[in-house]
Amino acid sequence: MNILVTGILLSGTYALIALGLTMQYGVARIMNLGNGETLVAACFVAFWLYTGLAINPLIGLVIIAPAAFVINWGIYAVALRPLVNRAKNRGQLEVDSILATFGLLFLLQGLMIVGFGGEYHSYTFLAERFEIFGNSYGLNRVVAFAAAVLIFVALWLFLYRTRQGTALRAVAVDPDAANLVAIDVARTAAFAFALGGALTACGGALLSTFYTFNASMGVVFTMKALIIVIMGGVGDVRGAVLAALILGVSETLVASLIDPGLTLAATYTLFILVLLFRPQGIFGRAPT
Amino acid sequence: MNGITRDEIRGLAIGAVLVALAAALPLLDKGFYLSISVNIMLYAALCTAWALFSGPTHYVSLATAAFYGLGTYSVGLGIDILPFPLLLAIAAAAGAVLAGLVGAATLRISGVYFVIFTFGLAELVRQVVTWTQTKLATAMGLYVFTDFTESHIYWMLLALAAAVFLTGWAINRSRLGFAMQIIGNDETVARHVGIDTARSKILLFMISGAFIAVAGAIMAPRYSYIEPPAAFNPMISFLVVIMALLGGTKRLWGPLVGVIPFTIVMDIISSQFPNHTSIVMGLAFLTIVYFIPNGVTGLIEQGRERWRRRVVVVGEEKTA
Repeated sequence: MNILVTGILLSGTYALIALGLTMQYGVARIMNLGNGETLVAACFVAFWLYTGLAINPLIGLVIIAPAAFVINWGIYAVALRPLVNRAKNRGQLEVDSILATFGLLFLLQGLMIVGFGGEYHSYTFLAERFEIFGNSYGLNRVVAFAAAVLIFVALWLFLYRTRQGTALRAVAVDPDAANLVAIDVARTAAFAFALGGALTACGGALLSTFYTFNASMGVVFTMKALIIVIMGGVGDVRGAVLAALILGVSETLVASLIDPGLTLAATYTLFILVLLFRPQGIFGRAPT
Repeated sequence: MNGITRDEIRGLAIGAVLVALAAALPLLDKGFYLSISVNIMLYAALCTAWALFSGPTHYVSLATAAFYGLGTYSVGLGIDILPFPLLLAIAAAAGAVLAGLVGAATLRISGVYFVIFTFGLAELVRQVVTWTQTKLATAMGLYVFTDFTESHIYWMLLALAAAVFLTGWAINRSRLGFAMQIIGNDETVARHVGIDTARSKILLFMISGAFIAVAGAIMAPRYSYIEPPAAFNPMISFLVVIMALLGGTKRLWGPLVGVIPFTIVMDIISSQFPNHTSIVMGLAFLTIVYFIPNGVTGLIEQGRERWRRRVVVVGEEKTA
C-alpha cells in the first residue's frame, strides 16, 4: 500500500512531463530530446525563485509556465520551423528534429553546467508529514501531485471543450485533413510545441519541491517521458496518464522491493514489452 | 560476384599505402602524437562501423557505448583466464548477439523507436552491470594487466579499421549491400520486390555492433582499470554520431573526414575547458543539421558537381 501510494504520487509529475512531450511529438511532430533540459531549467528557476526571492514554488508556476511557453514558442519559430519547411517527408523531419534537439540538449545542458556547476541542488519546501491510510508521506509530494492533477484537468477541459483544443487534436490525428477544414496547421503546431514546453516546465517546478536535481539529469527524464509517450500511444492524453501511473508504480516497486539501482532497468523492461506486444500504445489500434 | 574493376584496384592500392604509412607512426613518436592517434584510430573504426549500418538505413543508432562497453567488459572479465585473441572473438560475438536482440525488438517498426531504444541502451546495460558487480563481486571495477604498449593498441586499432573498411567494401559489392541500397531509397519498394527488409537491417546492425565491441575490447588494456561509468560512457555514442555525420555517411571513407579534425578539437576542449564540452557538442549537432546535412564529403561532392557543370557550360559556349 505504501509503495502503491508513493508510486502514484510520483506518477503525477511524470504524467505532466510526458504530456508535454506528447504535445510536442504528437501534435507538432517534433521528437524533442531536449525536453528533459526544459524540466531541469524549470527546477533551477523554481529553486532560484524560492531561495532568492522567497517565492512559493506553486506561485512560481504562474511565472514559470508562461515563460516556458514563450521561450518554447521562440525555439520552435527560430530553430524548428525551418526543419519542418525543409523536410520532404515525415521520416526526414524525424531524423532532422532528433539531431537538432540533441544539439539543443547539449547546448542547454552545457550552459547549465557552466552556470550552476555539476553539484546537486535542493531546497526544503513543505517538508512535513502527511497521513494517507495510516502511513505518512511528505506533504510536498502530496501537494505536487494535487497540483499536477489540477493542471491535467485544466488541460483536459482545454483539449475537449474549446475550439483551439479541438484543432490541436485534429492536427494530432491528421495534419492534411485538418488543413482542409481551415485549421492553421503551422500555427497550431507552434502552439502545441509551446504548450508542451510549458507543461514540462510545470512538471519540473513541481519535481524540484521534493527531488534533488543537478544540471545533467535531464537526459534520464527525457528517457522516461519518451517511454511513457510510446507506452501510452503517441498523441494520446489518456494513454500518457495511464502509462505514467504504470511507470511510477513499477519504478517504486522495483526500487523498494529489489534494488534502487535497477529503476531504469524496470522502465526499460516495460518499454521492451510494449515494443514487442503493443507498439501502437495502450489505447492505440493495430495498423491495418 | 562481379569482377573487380580497375578503379577498385586503385582504391585498394591507395588504401594499402595509407595503412602502411599509418602503421609507421609509432616508430616516429611514442608520446603525445601517438596518444592522440590512438583516439583518432579508435574513432575512425567506431564511426566507420557505425556508418556501415546507419549510413544506408538512416537510422540513428545511439547504442555505440553499449557495444563498446560490452567489448571492454569481455576483456576485463576474461583477461586472466583466456588468451587475448579469443577474448576479441568473444567480444565480437557478444556485440553481434546484443545487436541481434536489439534489432529484433526494434528494427521491424519505425525509426523513432529505434533511436529511443538505443538512446537508453548503454545506460540500461551499465545499470545491470553495476548491479551484478555489487551483488556478485566486492570491488566495483576490474583490473586489466597486459604487456601491451600504446603502439600495440594503435596497431590493433589500425588493423580493425582496415578490417571494417574491407568489410564495408565487400558488403557494398554483395547482395546485402544491393538490398540496403534499395531499402535506403524506399523501404516499401524494397519490400515489394521481395527483400526481407527487417532481416537485412538486423544482419547489418549485427556486423556493425560486433566491430564496435571489438574496438572496446582492444581499448580495454589501455584503461587498466575498468569501471562501468567509463566503459559505458554515453559520450562515446554521441561523439560517434557527430563525427560520422560531420564527415558524411554516403561514402565509406566519409566518416574519416569528420573524425580527424573533431578528435583533435575535442582533445583540446576537454583538456582546456572541461566544462564546455557539452556546449561544443550541442553546437556541432546544430551546425550539422542546419548547414551541412550531407556532411563535409557531401559538400565536396556538391562543389565538384557544380564545377563540372560549369566546365560543361563553358565548353558548350566555346563550341557554339
